[in-house]
Amino acid sequence: MSGLSRLQRLEAESIHIFREVVATSENPVMLWSIGKDSCVLLHLALKAFYPAPLPFPLLHVDTTWKFRAMIEFRDRRAKELGVHLIVHTNEDGLRAGVNPFASGSRLHTDVMKTQALKQALDKNKFDAAFGGARRDEEKSRAKERVFSLRSAEHRWDPKNQRPEPWHLYNTNKRPGESFRIFPLSNWTEADVWEYVEQESIPVVPLYFAAPRPVVERDGMLIMRDDDRMALRPGESVEMRMIRFRTLGCYPLTGASESDATTLPQIIAEMRDSRTSERQGRAIDHDGAGSMEQKKQEGYF
Amino acid sequence: MSAALKLPDADADRHTASLLHLVTCGSVDDGKSTLLGRLLFDSHAVLDDQLTALDRDSKRFGTQGEARDFALLVDGLSAEREQGITIDVAYRYFSTPNRSFILADAPGHEQYTRNMATGASKADLAIILIDARKGVLPQTRRHSYIVSMLGVRHVVLAVNKMDLIGFAPDVYRRIVADYRDAASSLGFGSVVAIPICAREGDNIVTHSDRTPWYEGPALLEHLETVSIEPPEDATKGFRFPVQYVNRPTLDFRGYAGTVANGVIYAHQPVIALPGGQRSRIDRIVTADGDIATAVAGQAVTLTLTDEIDISRGDVIVPADDPLAAGTEVTARLLWMAEAPHSPGQSLQIKLGTATANARVAGVRHAIDIHSFQPRPAATLAMNEIGVARIVFDRPLVTADYATDRELGALVLVDRMTNQTVALGVVESAPPRLRLDETQIHVRPDKVHRVIGYAGSTKRAVFLQRMMGRLLRGLVLFGIVVWLSGNWTLASVVGLADVVLGPLLNSAVASAWRHWRHARSHTELLGAGH
Repeated sequence: MSGLSRLQRLEAESIHIFREVVATSENPVMLWSIGKDSCVLLHLALKAFYPAPLPFPLLHVDTTWKFRAMIEFRDRRAKELGVHLIVHTNEDGLRAGVNPFASGSRLHTDVMKTQALKQALDKNKFDAAFGGARRDEEKSRAKERVFSLRSAEHRWDPKNQRPEPWHLYNTNKRPGESFRIFPLSNWTEADVWEYVEQESIPVVPLYFAAPRPVVERDGMLIMRDDDRMALRPGESVEMRMIRFRTLGCYPLTGASESDATTLPQIIAEMRDSRTSERQGRAIDHDGAGSMEQKKQEGYF
Repeated sequence: MSAALKLPDADADRHTASLLHLVTCGSVDDGKSTLLGRLLFDSHAVLDDQLTALDRDSKRFGTQGEARDFALLVDGLSAEREQGITIDVAYRYFSTPNRSFILADAPGHEQYTRNMATGASKADLAIILIDARKGVLPQTRRHSYIVSMLGVRHVVLAVNKMDLIGFAPDVYRRIVADYRDAASSLGFGSVVAIPICAREGDNIVTHSDRTPWYEGPALLEHLETVSIEPPEDATKGFRFPVQYVNRPTLDFRGYAGTVANGVIYAHQPVIALPGGQRSRIDRIVTADGDIATAVAGQAVTLTLTDEIDISRGDVIVPADDPLAAGTEVTARLLWMAEAPHSPGQSLQIKLGTATANARVAGVRHAIDIHSFQPRPAATLAMNEIGVARIVFDRPLVTADYATDRELGALVLVDRMTNQTVALGVVESAPPRLRLDETQIHVRPDKVHRVIGYAGSTKRAVFLQRMMGRLLRGLVLFGIVVWLSGNWTLASVVGLADVVLGPLLNSAVASAWRHWRHARSHTELLGAGH
């Protein structure tokens, strides 16, 4: 490969993957989690099919516990870009009263994210779903293919993955089987932020530091985004200068204290950081191999 | 002069030098994952919360007693932790101030050779690990062969566990000599040997005090500075496998894909293979605006000046540098499925962006992985390498892997199970076939370029034109005879009309082409500044 910068090479590889999926699948969809990786993913998708509009819809699995700023951002961006947005919530889980406080992070994630996702994919008969996962995020993700085959039950079999030499992706599947596709596989957290800056990609304001109401709980700083979060004895809400490195359900996402209010400051902070970006995600700390297990069960 | 080479990005040199794809291969238990964990740790790619998890995991699964087991940083699957081996290829990312690295950590066990080959297919450099106590093993030879077959030109021979042989220089030197001997026929561009102890960090980042007799670089130092020559010649004719036809409206018909080789210039005359339709590049479209040139690796959308029928799997190439298409190739295959190849097996070939039904028409020979010599074989079993003839049900545009890493690489998929059963590299693209036999485009000689092949539309048009021209010549001849009565003069006028017209046309067309080419070249250089 000659003459291309690191970001240009990553961009071209991702665009190639998008086109490969659209050329070989019948009903693709893009998972849009509204995080920074998702926003980069969407930007790349729009580039891949330019001047055509996006040839697939976006799917957001709404657990009803996302930050309000994420939902506002989602609706505004979908409108601006004129993309087709599908929002799905697991109504059964909602009726059963599953929530991150009473049910715990594990059950909440399984019912409201993993099961909800499967419902949405089955309902719309999507046979290919793009996700923004990167291999540098987590050890079991480091071993996942770009084209990850899922059984009709959405299960991932880590021991039976197809070899993926060069850029030759085996896109064959049987009826009922589907693919999860990860165009950002080879991107790192630093690449994502540098690309956001280079391309001026809008991201949710929560990534930038601002005074926000937080509660210190179980060693994490939780932003109290609405009054569904009841205070435990001895807890108090205080305004602190915080920002988020990743975004998920607000009760499960730890904030970090920071003064980084601009992209260059965020990039500088990340370079100096001594912790990984998923440290603030409660669901990752349910034990060694917990991500692998969630993925086998159908988590993205 | 150098301006032309710097297209299209003035910073190209700095950026290209800054990303290196690595693959690590070694036998079971020679400390490969430990080495990687150590590289990540020493380049500060391991963060505090990961280190906490590592210390917790080391106590639970570790093979190093109470000490940190760096292998657990990379062995991410539960089965791997339990068995203490690497099963699947893992990709790791780290960078130093001088370079970024994408590292494919490939398993050593023979059972997982296919995963190792996958990791090697994209690599610029291979780190081959050797356990200093064991020396060159059959696995070392097998890995070296695969790495070489997949076109990796540079090797680092990391002789690990030097502490267990007391850092003895003579043992190290004997291993290096053995390896150089074993790899002499594999054609590597460079083999750099380094004595290391991954567990304790000797010669990983800094030179170790325990190997005063070793004068070469430490591993990371070498990886940061090794120069990888560009694999391709930018002046070579471009190859553009069409990936997706983008047709959002009746007014726009674009061919989306990634440039496989060379440089595409707007307005360049092109030919679409295997159909053989000719046209000219109209626009090179990207979301950031149209561009004048596109280089290898860039994902773009081309529009042509003519409406011709091109679909996914076709290859657009320069009109003056086409390739042959054919229905068979000879390829060096690595069989990856558990079931050996069976003669009637119904396969699919994936090559470039094309897919066709295929079968292995005959295994020519297998390769003895110890001697690297051919040996007779009727079939290929899992992890075996052999040379075979592959035939497909429609013509594909292929090239030798040695000259074209994109159109020379293939995978075979079993049509019944959908498993990827083999990967391969094209050894000899098809002989140039006769067009009337196969309907496949080959580069015509000068005469056929003018008169077309028998039965072709071009030939029909040519004959029709010739008839018209002869008739006109005859009429002119008649008129001159009637007017002047001079038969000689009439013959000269008639003949001149028949012959001079086409010659003049061709001369004018040629002059026009040269002028256009010179002009677009000048524009290009202007754009580069």
